Amino acid sequence: MADPRALARHARAYVDISALWVRAAMAYRASWWMLTIGGFLITGIDFVGIWILFHNVDALGGFTLQEVAFLYGGSGVAMALADLFVGRIERIGQMIRLGKLDQMMVRPVPLLVQVCADEFALRRIARVLQAALVLGWGCTYVDWTPSRALLTGVMIAAGTAIFFALFIGFACIQFWTTDSAEVANAFTYGGNTLTSYPLSVFPSEVVKGLTFFFPIAFVNWYPSLQVLGRDDPFGYPDWTQYLSPVVAVALVALALLVWRTGVRQYRSTGS
Amino acid sequence: MSLIEVRDLRRTFRVRRRDDVVAVHDVSFDIEPGEMVGYIGPNGAGKSTTIKMLTGILVPTSGHLRVAGVDPSKRRTALASRIGVVFGQRTTLWWDLPLRDSFELLQKIYRIPPARYRQNLDRFLELLDLGDLLDTPVRQLSLGQRMRGDITAALLHDPEILYLDEPTIGLDVVSKGRLREFLRALNAERATTLLLTTHDLQDIEALCDRVMVIDHGSLVFDGALTQLQARGGSSRTLVVDLVDERPAIEVPGAVTVRVDGPRQWLTFPADASAAPIVSAVAAGYDVADLSIQEPDIEDVIRELYAGR
Repeated sequence: MADPRALARHARAYVDISALWVRAAMAYRASWWMLTIGGFLITGIDFVGIWILFHNVDALGGFTLQEVAFLYGGSGVAMALADLFVGRIERIGQMIRLGKLDQMMVRPVPLLVQVCADEFALRRIARVLQAALVLGWGCTYVDWTPSRALLTGVMIAAGTAIFFALFIGFACIQFWTTDSAEVANAFTYGGNTLTSYPLSVFPSEVVKGLTFFFPIAFVNWYPSLQVLGRDDPFGYPDWTQYLSPVVAVALVALALLVWRTGVRQYRSTGS
Repeated sequence: MSLIEVRDLRRTFRVRRRDDVVAVHDVSFDIEPGEMVGYIGPNGAGKSTTIKMLTGILVPTSGHLRVAGVDPSKRRTALASRIGVVFGQRTTLWWDLPLRDSFELLQKIYRIPPARYRQNLDRFLELLDLGDLLDTPVRQLSLGQRMRGDITAALLHDPEILYLDEPTIGLDVVSKGRLREFLRALNAERATTLLLTTHDLQDIEALCDRVMVIDHGSLVFDGALTQLQARGGSSRTLVVDLVDERPAIEVPGAVTVRVDGPRQWLTFPADASAAPIVSAVAAGYDVADLSIQEPDIEDVIRELYAGR
């Protein structure tokens, strides 16, 4: 797994498989554009809701609209990127039932790569763009320093990796139950919803939970406090604001371990 | 060292919290390069489970397993480029895409050199008569066309071993015949090792010198097809249509097992010649028509299960 040449080969296989699906989808070009633009508008409504909220209040959990945009966009971009690249894994139960997984297992590309690239839908990029736009707007209000810019980049990468881990880890439940995609959604999409708001709107117990047990606070909350120049409302030490990459690596490692266990326990279907 | 080495291979499945179900029970066999082996047994006997362990899809519960020198479940991805697998009831092709796209993607993910890919594709398209269908989406292909597409897909990377799970299921007689011919040619030209599970015993008769029979997870027979027929103690049947109704025919060497109007059924041992019996019947009776039914291998296998 750690061999860079092998990783490059797997990435190449991912691109080859996805390219095939993009080409297939582009056969119906008008339909593709409609779905993509539609996706962009629908997810856009999401932030419009927050914007309307700010017509009635000046701050949410002590954060301005621009700061909330930065938080929302940071989590949104990370989620949308993870969803674009590995979101298909939530269909793994269906792949098991249809016997598709068996076929993937006899091809010389790691199963995880094939599962994630299967029926790759480029139209999900609409969500990335929408979140990036909100993040970009939030960014214009940030008092930039080189280290804050770097930390923002790291935050997006780590956040994407954390959602990546959540997608994979929770999809593995389906190795045992074959039909429980909704359970995984509660954690992936649910996690995204929670981190779309400043965590200061929640009681401190919830934030404790989102830090130590289900650590999605590291997707955007802690690094954003540093970038926005805010003190931690719950009094956690400053170094937690740099911890996102560590949490991301640990969660990805854990998710891959669960994945391996799931594949080894895989029972296939009859005949 | 054999190409496929199986020793005391076992796979159990836990069914809820009750006892484990043993799907494959301490099976042992070896397959040498270039062999064409038929693997037969009733539904749920453990055929597919065995194939899935050989390909690395399922991890064995216990036992020793080596395919081309490696443990399939541990080195599944590496082994994949050396084997081809066709699941008769499910396509390995991409459903919504034209055959050509599926083949080109396979070229990329198997890293088949372009010259080799062209050569193989041209050869298989010609042998399997698929050339006109390259741009047809897989979902629009007939079952027989799809199966030929699947077999091409499984062979483009020159696998040493080809596993076929029910390759002729649902095919018409012509398609079946063409497929068998192709597989024979493949084995002759490239010495590809074939392991074939099937319900159609004609597949076995046409292709395989060796048969393995599995029942309730255990291997109950492993040997030559002729040996299987002999072991089953099976018989051939002479069907006689007399000019008019008669009592049961009595001739030496055969036993009349059924009389239905002018038609009578006589059985005689599979290894005996039909000629003296036919001439004895013709000499003693007014015969309108005669036909001989070869031993039905399904009966042989049924007897084999019953005799255990």
